[in-house]
Amino acid sequence: MTSGLWELVLRGVWTTVQLLVLSALLASAVSFAVGVARTDPRRLVRFLAGLYTEVFRGTSALVMIFWVFFVLPVAFGWQLVPLWAGTLALGLTYGAYGSEIVRGALNAVDPAQREGGIALGFTRWQRLRLILLPQAVPEMVPPFSNLLIELLKGTALVSVMGMGDLAFSANLVRLALQQSAEIYTYVLFIYFVIAFGLTRLMRSLEKRLKGGVA
Amino acid sequence: MTWDWNAVSDFMPYFWHGLLVTLQVVALGSLLSFSLGLVWALLMRVPSRWVRWPVGVVTEFVRDTPLLVQLFFLFYVLPEWGVTFSALTTGVVAIGLHYSTYTMQVYRAGIEAVPVGQWEAATALSLPRRRTWTAVILPQALRRVIPALGNYVISMLKDTPMLMVITVLEMLGRARLFSQASFQFTEPLTVIGVAFIVLSYLASLLLRALERRLVR
Repeated sequence: MTSGLWELVLRGVWTTVQLLVLSALLASAVSFAVGVARTDPRRLVRFLAGLYTEVFRGTSALVMIFWVFFVLPVAFGWQLVPLWAGTLALGLTYGAYGSEIVRGALNAVDPAQREGGIALGFTRWQRLRLILLPQAVPEMVPPFSNLLIELLKGTALVSVMGMGDLAFSANLVRLALQQSAEIYTYVLFIYFVIAFGLTRLMRSLEKRLKGGVA
Repeated sequence: MTWDWNAVSDFMPYFWHGLLVTLQVVALGSLLSFSLGLVWALLMRVPSRWVRWPVGVVTEFVRDTPLLVQLFFLFYVLPEWGVTFSALTTGVVAIGLHYSTYTMQVYRAGIEAVPVGQWEAATALSLPRRRTWTAVILPQALRRVIPALGNYVISMLKDTPMLMVITVLEMLGRARLFSQASFQFTEPLTVIGVAFIVLSYLASLLLRALERRLVR
């Protein structure tokens, strides 16, 4: 492979990383918002949050990406920049999975902790911020770590829309070289290295967070 | 926002064909990943490190890399090596292989969850190794893993649209074909989106019923 082709691949890596970071941020925001809403005392809020989770978890990520790229512009006149369209589709889809992690972790906190908060006259928001989340967040790290790897693998899907991520540039290089084995082996290794780095990162985060709570 | 019911009815014949292909891929992919996963799980219990180590490394690698790239890899690289499959077969092999690395973990957990006493009892009865597995361990382990395996069937269902990139015309592939000819995107994409929700909901209902029956 010539240096020009490597440059193309590296640009793809950069797009993939950008997409990963942005959609991970959106997915976390959605996870917490929807996850907390699913433990809300009001039935309507719980229902809407549940509906969100079912819809976005039920459809395929790739179908969602197609929807955001093709239907949003036609139906609502919103034409998004590819990077943001990809971020939106991935963030909303993986946020739905994440919301279940948040809900599970919140429910796993001992009920007596919540009752203690009520007895102390805490508001719902204070209970959440001061009692529930500090205990629940460390429990969320391992499943979120899995989800992050899933998200990394999901970013490859945007290449179908012609977005210049790693999988897309691999395809271009394949067309240029006519040697598929070489380039795809490199690309699989690059994804693996990123995934490996992410799991290490999440593991050290888990250790730090669990250090704070007995 | 415009919604054209005519586009929906025009799309339906395409849709049914796509649905058939999607279900076929899920069925075959499940079969392959369930059997291959068990093979990996059993290989990981072989005493020799020379077997366990390569299996561990390869499955870890497959699990951590995108299915989409694996699809491309199999579709474009295998012919270079002189192996040619149809697109559908390539897709099923890719999905089956990818998910076998997940089901392997499920089987592992299921096998480890069988109480040690069961192993000891088999030893005490001096059952041969083969009989220990087939008559004592696996029947107990497999009953436990069915609900978890079911979740991967739903995941596989949602990954089938990726097969579009290697020219398999499943639901999304048909929708795209239809859209390219008619310039109507909203209707076909919404129809298959709803179809995915309905299918995964039905599958989860089925799973829950199965779970209730198995885990008393």
